[in-house]
Amino acid sequence: MKTKTDVTQLNEGQKAKVVEIHGGCGLIKKLDTLGIRPGVEIKKIGSQILKGPQILKIANTYVAIGFGMAKKIIVEKI
Amino acid sequence: MKRVFLIGNPNVGKSALFSRLTGIDVICSNYPGTTVEYCKGYIKAGDEKIEVIDVPGTYSLYATSKAEEVAVKMLEEGADIVINIVDSTNLERNLNLTLQLLKKNIPVIVALNFWDETKHKGISIDVKELEKLLGVPVVATCARTGEGIKELIDRLKEARSKTYEFVEEEKWKEIGKIINRVQKLSHKHHTFLDQLSEISIRPLTGILFALIVLYITFKIVRFIAEGLILLIEPIFNEYYVPFISNIVEKTIPIKFLQDLLLGTTHKVMESFGLLTTGLYIPFVAVLPYILSFYIVLGFLEDIGYLPRVGVLLDVFLHRIGVHGYTSIPILLGFGCKVPGMLATRILETEREKMIATALILMMSPCMPQTAMIISLVSPYGIRYLFLIFSILFFIAIINGFILHKILKGETPELFVEIPPYRLPYIPTLIKKLWIRLKAFLQEAVPMIIFGVFIAGVLDIFGITNFIAKIFGKPLIWLFGLPKEIVPVMILGFLRKDVSIALLTPFNLNIKQILIASVFMVLYLPCIATFFTLLKEMGPKRTAKIIFLMLFTAIFVSALLNLVL
Repeated sequence: MKTKTDVTQLNEGQKAKVVEIHGGCGLIKKLDTLGIRPGVEIKKIGSQILKGPQILKIANTYVAIGFGMAKKIIVEKI
Repeated sequence: MKRVFLIGNPNVGKSALFSRLTGIDVICSNYPGTTVEYCKGYIKAGDEKIEVIDVPGTYSLYATSKAEEVAVKMLEEGADIVINIVDSTNLERNLNLTLQLLKKNIPVIVALNFWDETKHKGISIDVKELEKLLGVPVVATCARTGEGIKELIDRLKEARSKTYEFVEEEKWKEIGKIINRVQKLSHKHHTFLDQLSEISIRPLTGILFALIVLYITFKIVRFIAEGLILLIEPIFNEYYVPFISNIVEKTIPIKFLQDLLLGTTHKVMESFGLLTTGLYIPFVAVLPYILSFYIVLGFLEDIGYLPRVGVLLDVFLHRIGVHGYTSIPILLGFGCKVPGMLATRILETEREKMIATALILMMSPCMPQTAMIISLVSPYGIRYLFLIFSILFFIAIINGFILHKILKGETPELFVEIPPYRLPYIPTLIKKLWIRLKAFLQEAVPMIIFGVFIAGVLDIFGITNFIAKIFGKPLIWLFGLPKEIVPVMILGFLRKDVSIALLTPFNLNIKQILIASVFMVLYLPCIATFFTLLKEMGPKRTAKIIFLMLFTAIFVSALLNLVL
């Protein structure tokens, strides 16, 4: 079985598949609007120092997400 | 009259398309949240006049944020047709909103915008097939060049509603099905702009990149502005002033009117005549800086750099209770605080708006103010300018920190789309520059001239001295400033650039100039800012913010008087 982790743990340039989102309805809907939902492939572009925003690429979109929010996105490395 | 709504995700070019459709100039930039107000315009389709409304961007119709709530409400109340603008380089994500719109009882037509970008991104979309699947007209458009606009207007009447049935839970599956049918991707190598994009948001290279951008921005703004001043000032002093003095002295024999129009001395910055200083301040001292600042800002906006600054500063700004995107309103505030404050609407909570507003008011003196401070301080050396800005910066940060501790609530996390870098399109840049210059010429210049007029009247009737006598004491005692400055400070409420310019005749030393400048920036918002503040925040919070500003101004100025 592949190991699950969250977005903040990914390395720069690593691709992963979203498995689930640990959060309430609001967060799930919010992430959904930018195309982040279970089953979707994402690529981590980078993260800012001191628990700063995480930058992800989903399809053609670059998104910056706060650290706390990114922690709730559970992924599987590809 | 029929009403057409332009609806789409943030940053898909709605405003650019709106301009194209209606011929009305609105500000378009390459970052989500440029449009915070609804703009109206009209088009003619055949013989029919149709109202077009540009709606701020929304990702969905679930109303997860305030902006979305408003959009949904407006939509349900009065839309006859919706033009759903879709970013064709992000079709999958954008179709989410399209499908939601198709569930409503409003006819929809789809515009596939940024059509020109699909080619070099290796995306090909079968427009005919998409049209067949969705059941509504789909038109490929490029708002920048105007491609597809005519077809869009011609086909408005074909707009249909409720053409696509699906179960809400299955929506991404449905979208996936559509995408598989209509979109083909071919692999393209990273372009130079893509690489630059990643460099500027990675932490280490990003900060370096930001510093370089900041340095170059500063250099270019000063280079253009000072170049222009060197060009205009001699013309003003050597040709215009003697010319106008001659005319006035010959045609108007009354001494009082002569003084009012030309001032009492011949030094242009000290005379305070309506036709001398009154024109010198806006056109020679301020306009060059406004022009150069907005040239550079427009470029940074359109290339798409600003949201990246937001990402880089997020960690830092979180310490004072706002997230990184607040850096955009702050940056806009350096031009003029009014658009800066309007831009705080992109922030989610009232708490954030409050802190952001305080930061804008204290950290960013507007460009006219800055221009006057530069002209006053630069003879003493650029380091004093740097000192003033550092003082303001620290004051704002400390205030932000205190507000962050006092105000209840949490700081929402950053959640923002980073637009791709796009090469700015020169006609758009020029149009935007013109919109901003026009605002300055129409709104600020009359106020500046009026301010100079009031100053002249007060001076001629001796009211200046009267006020100075009454309120002068605390000024000398607290700030070490001459008592004659009191009326100048009162005028600052009208226009801050005028009040800073009014400091010139007093021959202040550099310490006094520093204190007076810091005080003037902080103590009260100018009248235009005040009314915006009132509209955005309501009377109660406006009063709180103004009290905070006044208190900070007095405290800091007195402190500076002690330590400098």
